[in-house]
Amino acid sequence: MDVELRGITKRFGPVTANDNVNLTIRAGEVLGLLGENGAGKSTMMNILSGLYAPDEGEILIDGKPVRFEGPGDGIAAGIGMVHQHFMLVPVFTVAENVILGVEPTGRLDYLDIATARRQVRDINEKYGLQVNPDALIEDLPVGIQQRVEILKVLFRSAEVLILDEPTAVLTPQEVEEFFGIVKSLRDAGKAVVFITHKLHEILAISDRINVLRGGRITGEGDPKSLTENQLAEMMVGRPVSFDVARGPFKPGDTLLEVNDIVVLRDNDEVAVDHVSFHVRSGEVVGIAGVQGNGQSELIEALTGLMHVSSGEIDFLDNDITHASVRERHRLGMAHIPEDRHKSGMIGNFTIYENMVLDSYYEDRFSNGPNIKWPEVLRTAAQYAIDFDVRTPSVYLKADNLSGGNQQKMVVARELERVTKLVIASQPTRGLDVGSIEYIHGRLMNSRDEGDGVIIVSSELDEIMSLSDRVLVMFDGRIVAEFDAIAGPLDKNAIGLAMAGVAA
Amino acid sequence: MTEITAFDIAPAAKLDTHKARQARIYGFVLIACAVLVALVFGYGTEGGASFGLSRPRDEWVIPNLVIPAGPFNYVAAAILAFLGVRQFMRGGSKWSTISIAVGLAITVAAFLVWATAGKSFSLVGMLQATMVRAVPIALGGLAGVLSERVAVVNIAIEGMLLAGAFTGALMGSLLGGWGGLACAVVIGGLFGFILASLVVTYRMDQIIAGVVINLFVLGVTSYVSSQVFQPYRYLNNAPVFRAWKIPFLGDIPVIGPMLFNQNLFVYGALVLVGVATYYLFHTRYGLRARSVGEHPQAADTLGINVYRTRFINVTLAGMVAGFGGAWFTLGTVGRFDENMTGGRGFIGLAAMIFGRWHPVGALMAALVFGFADSLQQKLALLRTPIPSEFLAMAPYIATIIVVAGFVGRSRPPAADGKPYVKER
Repeated sequence: MDVELRGITKRFGPVTANDNVNLTIRAGEVLGLLGENGAGKSTMMNILSGLYAPDEGEILIDGKPVRFEGPGDGIAAGIGMVHQHFMLVPVFTVAENVILGVEPTGRLDYLDIATARRQVRDINEKYGLQVNPDALIEDLPVGIQQRVEILKVLFRSAEVLILDEPTAVLTPQEVEEFFGIVKSLRDAGKAVVFITHKLHEILAISDRINVLRGGRITGEGDPKSLTENQLAEMMVGRPVSFDVARGPFKPGDTLLEVNDIVVLRDNDEVAVDHVSFHVRSGEVVGIAGVQGNGQSELIEALTGLMHVSSGEIDFLDNDITHASVRERHRLGMAHIPEDRHKSGMIGNFTIYENMVLDSYYEDRFSNGPNIKWPEVLRTAAQYAIDFDVRTPSVYLKADNLSGGNQQKMVVARELERVTKLVIASQPTRGLDVGSIEYIHGRLMNSRDEGDGVIIVSSELDEIMSLSDRVLVMFDGRIVAEFDAIAGPLDKNAIGLAMAGVAA
Repeated sequence: MTEITAFDIAPAAKLDTHKARQARIYGFVLIACAVLVALVFGYGTEGGASFGLSRPRDEWVIPNLVIPAGPFNYVAAAILAFLGVRQFMRGGSKWSTISIAVGLAITVAAFLVWATAGKSFSLVGMLQATMVRAVPIALGGLAGVLSERVAVVNIAIEGMLLAGAFTGALMGSLLGGWGGLACAVVIGGLFGFILASLVVTYRMDQIIAGVVINLFVLGVTSYVSSQVFQPYRYLNNAPVFRAWKIPFLGDIPVIGPMLFNQNLFVYGALVLVGVATYYLFHTRYGLRARSVGEHPQAADTLGINVYRTRFINVTLAGMVAGFGGAWFTLGTVGRFDENMTGGRGFIGLAAMIFGRWHPVGALMAALVFGFADSLQQKLALLRTPIPSEFLAMAPYIATIIVVAGFVGRSRPPAADGKPYVKER
């Protein structure tokens, strides 16, 4: 089945997400769609799957124009979408999720789970997916959940599969397996649209590449003749440097000493399982691992947001195991949290209010119960200039900033203090290339000035380009340590450690 | 050069887990119960407690169960103490929840034996009353299950019960019992539909919408009851559905009168619980409804109409609550009094939570509350030293204990209470 998009335009209020986009998808081919976050990739695919209606333009299937009125229409026409955020019901079984909406039923509307199970097994075998139809979704690792999403669209006899950032949650080894599945789909005559912002992946898997920037198609090409640098330039609109400038490695005294700590989740599961490590001044320690292996909990324990059940944490020779968040701040700990909307900023507050969330009580900003607003405003404006927060005014609500500028605002607040240790969790997730470059530069700056830096990221490339030392977490434990100073890091070995394969 | 270091894993230290903390609290509660039973219910209690297991006119008459009150309560205290100490010794094992449930049941039994010492008490009558009193709570809980399974928090159950009770009395007086019942169900469904409109279409806060409905119904029914029913008494004089004994089954000792010699509402509640269980867990539309309550966006991407599903289920919930409301008038006294539901709708919500959002669970929880409700009624007849005002608090105290002790751990539908905004 071939699908063609002609002159598609979609606006959200004043924002034009797609601007006169043309695209052709062919059976038996993997189309790579490359673009930064916010370039309009997801919007376009949501139009194709019927979730959004385009303001202008038309969709043709095998040359005939079609109109989708709702999300059911796309799939009915044979276009199946695997969303970046999985659309699975966690408390249902695999079979229940797969059949939802197109259930086989008997008399009295009775759910025929036995038939569903058999059909799931059949698809499993045909494409080598290997998923147990009776497993509960919440018990499955994300890699398998993704296969359930693919099962879902195949069960609805989709001929076109749209995969939106499918590798974001996978380890390098899982990505390899996943590419195998994509190839078997293509060889079975399905059309596959592979959406990503990772250059090497799109070169590895695509038969044809389209690049999207600012809602428009800005480039097209054959993966055999394109290089990563060319693609990056098409994607960003200017030449991009992948290297992060850094000074010589001059580690100093040990700043942070984590000794055998255990952190429990609310349900008593062990999240961090007897972890020990240290961070010296002037070094970047990267913590790699697939999401959900205890990195978040480790960071929350270090920053005082989670209770440490046993073990101890020493920071600058103070025992801070049970210290309050403010005490840790005052000792010189900066925290760039993994989810700025949850714990890094208050969207409904203005930029200047957000800039002093951690220091409003200090003498320079307050006089007894009164806050010295002129001083706050002056400082916030200075921070915004220093950290390239692009905004017409600091009076704006933080929610009105783009993701990159929000993150720069958080980074500004955390780094403008006198810091000794910077803890950055997913510091560049979902940001544009420009903001990523800027934030990486700032973190390196802190290191070169003699701060210790801890970086947690699920993007292995980010960890590898920034770290002096890499720790790998798996199932709550630190399972491996790699030294980047002595020689280049072995990506394959880190990937294996992330997957829990003992070295 | 890349080096890989495998870290040694230290042996697991004894951790202060949430479970261990909870086990200690349970242990403390159990020991407190043991002390209460031994000192208050056991010490100085003499004579036998006589429990009636059948009534004089039954097919098969079983002799009364006579229990020596003092010794029984000392044994009960010993068992409670054992369970409590065991919690401290073994803490956090899987038996924790069972221990506390058994312990509370023993405490209640000991209390009954103490109250009955030297007198006689009809256990079978009490069980029958438990079932009857559980009906409105179970139906309220079932209404809650139906609407919360599609993620609409239904605080308005109290108002729907009251509306059903009022309509049952008024229309029952005019049209007869069946007509009144049908009108009560329709009115309940209407309020369900109104709630759905407010929270689904207009995205009003679900709690506020529920409170508004409750206040509206309370105001209107109280006004009509005092201004219209007083002068025109024939408008508030409905026929009552009598008990209908199922042949043979109704003669089984003890459980016969409880389950098979009841009126339409008891049978209706049992059938509805069965039907709702089948609907929610074994049909296509049930699967879709639950998916809407857990992950509406996923349901939407699969072509399931989230809004329509919510409207239908909340309206059905309203109809169930309307039926339950009719119990108050058509199932008991045939007349309406101001605010006669007395918070049963809210207790129904507690039953829903205690029953883990499952129809059968809600029914079981309702039986616990029904037991507390009938207990206070029957104990008033025994002339215990406890003032009747305190006894009347029993169902509400049971609610507090259950909600505080058990509710924290059951998991509501993931999207419960959140409006769904479709992106278009």
